[in-house]
Order: sequence, then C-alpha cells, then structure tokens
Amino acid sequence: MISLKCENLYVGYDGKTVAGPFDFEIGSGDYLCVVGNNGSGKTTFMKTLLGLLPPVSGRIVFGGGRTHPGVGYLPQQTSVQRDFPATAKEIVLSGCAGKMFLSRADKRKAEFNMNRTGVLSVGNKCYRELSGGQQQRVLLARALCAANDIMLLDEPVSGLDPTAAKEMYKIIKELNRDGMTIIMISHDMQSVAENASCILHVGDTIYFGGRDEYYRSFSENGGR
Amino acid sequence: MNTIGHFQKTGDADMLDKLLYYFQFPFVTYALIAGALTALCSSVFGVTLVLRRFSFIGDGLSHVAFFGMAIAGVLSVSNSMLIVMPVTIICAIAVLCTGKNSKIRGDASIAMLSVGALALGYLVMNLFSVSSNLSGDVCSTLFGSASILTLSLSEVWLCVILSAAVILLFVLFYNKIFSVTFDSDFAQSTGIRTRIFNLLSAVVIAVIIVLAMNLVGSLLISALIIFPALSAMRLFKSYRAVIIFSAVFSVVCAVAGILTAVLTGTPVGSTVVAVDIAGFLICCGCGLILRRA
Repeated sequence: MISLKCENLYVGYDGKTVAGPFDFEIGSGDYLCVVGNNGSGKTTFMKTLLGLLPPVSGRIVFGGGRTHPGVGYLPQQTSVQRDFPATAKEIVLSGCAGKMFLSRADKRKAEFNMNRTGVLSVGNKCYRELSGGQQQRVLLARALCAANDIMLLDEPVSGLDPTAAKEMYKIIKELNRDGMTIIMISHDMQSVAENASCILHVGDTIYFGGRDEYYRSFSENGGR
Repeated sequence: MNTIGHFQKTGDADMLDKLLYYFQFPFVTYALIAGALTALCSSVFGVTLVLRRFSFIGDGLSHVAFFGMAIAGVLSVSNSMLIVMPVTIICAIAVLCTGKNSKIRGDASIAMLSVGALALGYLVMNLFSVSSNLSGDVCSTLFGSASILTLSLSEVWLCVILSAAVILLFVLFYNKIFSVTFDSDFAQSTGIRTRIFNLLSAVVIAVIIVLAMNLVGSLLISALIIFPALSAMRLFKSYRAVIIFSAVFSVVCAVAGILTAVLTGTPVGSTVVAVDIAGFLICCGCGLILRRA
C-alpha cells in the first residue's frame, strides 16, 4: 500500500525553489532516510510534507487520499523549549491539541505513547529538568499522539550522547516494526546504513532508491 | 494628581478605619475591580508572551497606545478608546504576525515601533495641544498617576466586559495556546491554524495593553506582563500551576498596590509595580530555598 507519493514536487520559500524535483513513492512500513548537506533543503522538504509550507509546484499524495494525513512530527528542539515550565505529560498531551478539550481517551493515548517511548515514569517532572535523551523521547511521544501511520523526524539524535542516540534509534526501529512509516532526516550515515529501507538524497540532484542501490551508486560515482 | 489628598483624613485614625472610610467612595471600589481584572488578564497572557520571547511587546505597544492617546487628545474625541484601541490593535498585528522571515527581526521591529510612537506622540501633543497643563497630561499618560481612581462607571463596565472576553478566550483555547507557545511548527502540523491564532492573540494583547494603561500608565505596562510570569516560573514546574500562580500573584499585587497607594497617597502605577517587584524577589528567594532543600 502506498503511504506517500511525491509527483514532480518542488519545495521552497515564497515561490523560490530550494530543492526539487521530488518524484518518488514509499509504501507503508518503509523506513526512509533523507540525507544531504546542510542547506540543501531537507528541512524545507519536510515542512512541505507537513503542510507548513505550500509546494512551489507539483503535488503530494498521502495513502488513502486523506487530506489531513495525521502525520507525526519530531522537529529539532528550539531554544524556547529548553527552559519551558511544563511537565512531560502536559507536553505529550499537546500532541492531541488539535481539538478544543481533551477527552479521557486522549489522556489514555498520551500515557500509552509515553510508555512506548519509556518516559511514563518521568511524566510529572518538569521538561527542563529531563536529560537530552528524555526530552527527545517526550517529544517523540507527543508526535505519536498526533500520528496515524507516518512519522517525520528531523535529526532526532542531534545533540544526544551515544547511549541516548542508540536508545532513540531502537525506539524508532520498534515503531517501524509496529507498522509506522518512518521518514527521517539524518546525518548519521552509520545508522542510515543499518536501519533505512530506502534513501532520499537531497542536493543539486535528487536521488531516490533502495538502500543497497544507493550505496552501490554512491561508491561508483565516488560520492555525490 | 492629588485626588487622594482631598480625602486624606487628619489625625492618627488607624489603617482599618481609614480604609473603611475610603471604601465609602465608589472610585476606590471601581479602581479595585478594574485593577484586579486588568492584572488578571495581563498575567495569564503574560506567561505566553514571556515564553515566546516577546516580553518587550507590552512596552512597544503601550508606546503606540500613548501615540493613540496623543492623537485622541488633539482631536478632542470624547472617548479616547475609539482611537487608541484600533491603532494599538493594528500595530500589534503588524508586529506579531510578520513571522520569522521578515526583513526586520522581531525585537528590532518592536524597538523601532516603540521609540517611533513615543517620539511622534509627544511631538503631536506639543504641536497641537489644547490643554493648559501639557507636562501633567504627558506624565499621567506615561505613568498612569491617578487615572485608575477617576474611572467612570461605564469605563468600569467596559473593563469588566473586555476582561471577561479575554479570560473566556484563554480558557477555551488553553490547550491550543499551550501547543502553539511550546512549538508553533508542531502545532500547525496537528491542524491548528497558527496564522489565525497569532492574529487573535495580537488583538487580545492590544486590548490588554489599552486596559492596563489606565492602571499603570504606558511606561510601566511591561511590569504587569513579566513580573507575575517570572515569579511563577521561579516556583512551579507545570504550565497549569505557572498560569494559576501568576494570575493569583498579579491580582494580589494589584489590589495590595492600589490599597497602599490610596492609603499613603503615592502614585498608583508605580506602587503596584513596586509591590510586584517585592513579590518577585520573595519568589526568587523561595525558589532558591526550594532548590536547596
């Protein structure tokens, strides 16, 4: 089943193209890694998928033709968040905040997802007192509350120590095994090689292909 | 400016008697109602502004409101709100909704607006003023002096209605406000229309600032926005607790400040802010002790 399809998609700001054309599709349960240099347009591409930016041209189709696709999003942390006075639980619940009031079911969902990412025990602690890894897992639980079956992650391990990064990758892999389609921006080529099922290279040329194909063409061309 | 002076009792009647005596005058009750409501509104939205790094917006917009007052004074409009409110709302929208990609950054645009409006406002007042006591007018607009003690019943009602609307909006949109404040990109990806949301909050903030001008005057408005929020953040770890505490803190300080000002004859605005500062220092102290323990 198709999870996401981009047709001749160009992304950018204010009508100015940053990257494109994107022409590919991924199936549900795929693990797509988006790689490329800084400034190549990876985050712009991600924001366009989320509907935060309109496409410059072309279109995006989500599986089942849904308009609001229920995409989960794990953004990079901002400076505002580091000293934010809120408990982990409040932040996870904000993943359900598309509606006016939270129901009992929303609270159960939040707890379920906190359990999945291993932060249930620190639910009543203040966000700014958590370790970097815990903060990131709280944000992942929040994203899960908003996600149906696609999860977008923007450099989920940046700034984490190796142990926390490993833990993060493990959780993401488990989510993928449960059927979640993963789309992840990453600079960590080792984890890309270990986990990705397909790879999207964003740069002067856009490359999309299976992981093994990518590495074959990568070594033939001597790098892109 | 010496509204209080006329009512000052001679002799050494004790504080309570003096207080009861003042409560016979409706203007004291009006001042307390309007002051408490203004403080309540400014504190709950103040938390959001401080967290979004917009602490200075109160200052900038209040100078715009000063400019509006100057225009209203020159045109001798009977109800100055009719001019002040729209001017402030338009500027609030201009500042809050320009977003991250505008040519002039958030803090610079606020600073520009703030000094520009202050200078032009004073210039307009000087050039076209009809009043005989110009410096008195300027001083009372900037520092509030006794304007909260001269409210009419209709002004109090306006204040009550606007505050009720502001609080109602806050309660209804509590979850969304939290989500947007914490992470506006994520909030937008969950289907919250952040553009409309920013527009609405700009309007609300402008309303609060115009209300607060009566209480503390335009130079001191930032104090009502930042002190309750910062005090609460010293002590509490959850967003809900921070909001509730800053609301209580702000109302208590405003009431205490107004009563002190009435009893001692000091200017209301600066007295309220002084009480806020004292409260903030106490909270800082408590915060330190809590962290050690």
